[in-house]
Amino acid sequence: MALDPSLSGRTFPPTSPYVVSHEKIAEFTQAIGAVPFENGETAPPTFPIVVAFAAMTALMNDPELGIELHRVVHGDQRFEQSRPIRAGDELVATLTIDTLRAAAGMDMIGTRTEVATTSGEPVVTAYATLVHRAGGDA
Amino acid sequence: MNFEEGQVLEPQTYTVTRTDLVRYAGASGDFNPIHWSDRVATSVGLPGVIAHGMYTLALAGRALTTWLDDPERVVSFGARFTKPVVVPDDDNGVEVEVTGSVSSVDDGIATLTLNVTCGDAKVLGMSKATVRC
Repeated sequence: MALDPSLSGRTFPPTSPYVVSHEKIAEFTQAIGAVPFENGETAPPTFPIVVAFAAMTALMNDPELGIELHRVVHGDQRFEQSRPIRAGDELVATLTIDTLRAAAGMDMIGTRTEVATTSGEPVVTAYATLVHRAGGDA
Repeated sequence: MNFEEGQVLEPQTYTVTRTDLVRYAGASGDFNPIHWSDRVATSVGLPGVIAHGMYTLALAGRALTTWLDDPERVVSFGARFTKPVVVPDDDNGVEVEVTGSVSSVDDGIATLTLNVTCGDAKVLGMSKATVRC
């Protein structure tokens, strides 16, 4: 079933504040096999997904939208950063559906997630296209 | 490192095993079973367990920060997920290669074009980064 076109332009409530720890940065850095940065405080360039993923998960779990998680494929991902995420940051992510396009039994959901500190400093914007494949009944 | 237009960056090769995917699932919070269960992966038409697209992008980011030395210089970074990286259930895993070059330098910003492959398959498309020189 195609998604409701009126969802385009909708902004969802921000995620709960996420406090970035040294330990989480170390865990993520180790998981991708990278060498930690000298200061031990700066997160790798794809780390913002940890915070943005919570906003995307909320979107995919929203019963009003009718997205089925196992039908979702990550189409693309881009980060534009004002600065890297650092240990001690307290971050919230706010997701907006920028574009919604249906083609060949798929919905292409263009999302923009603004990641900012709880005091309002912009840190990084994560753009993702989520591809929702129609179910067998479509 | 200072970048010049046309410069070719040192290729980086990374081995990906099932253990890496499990570790990345925990670190990122993405527990989609297609990244750890052959049963689920094959039931949705995949040849087997595949790496998270974001894990592959993270490897490209690892190459990027290896070239840069300094993560503060990254302005933008991203890619399309074009082909899956299928990760076998063995001790050897699979190799992902990241190559890159400087496509332009303009007004203190260098644009890097990355090419990320697994065997013959280009697994990321349109992979680009802009960085401060």
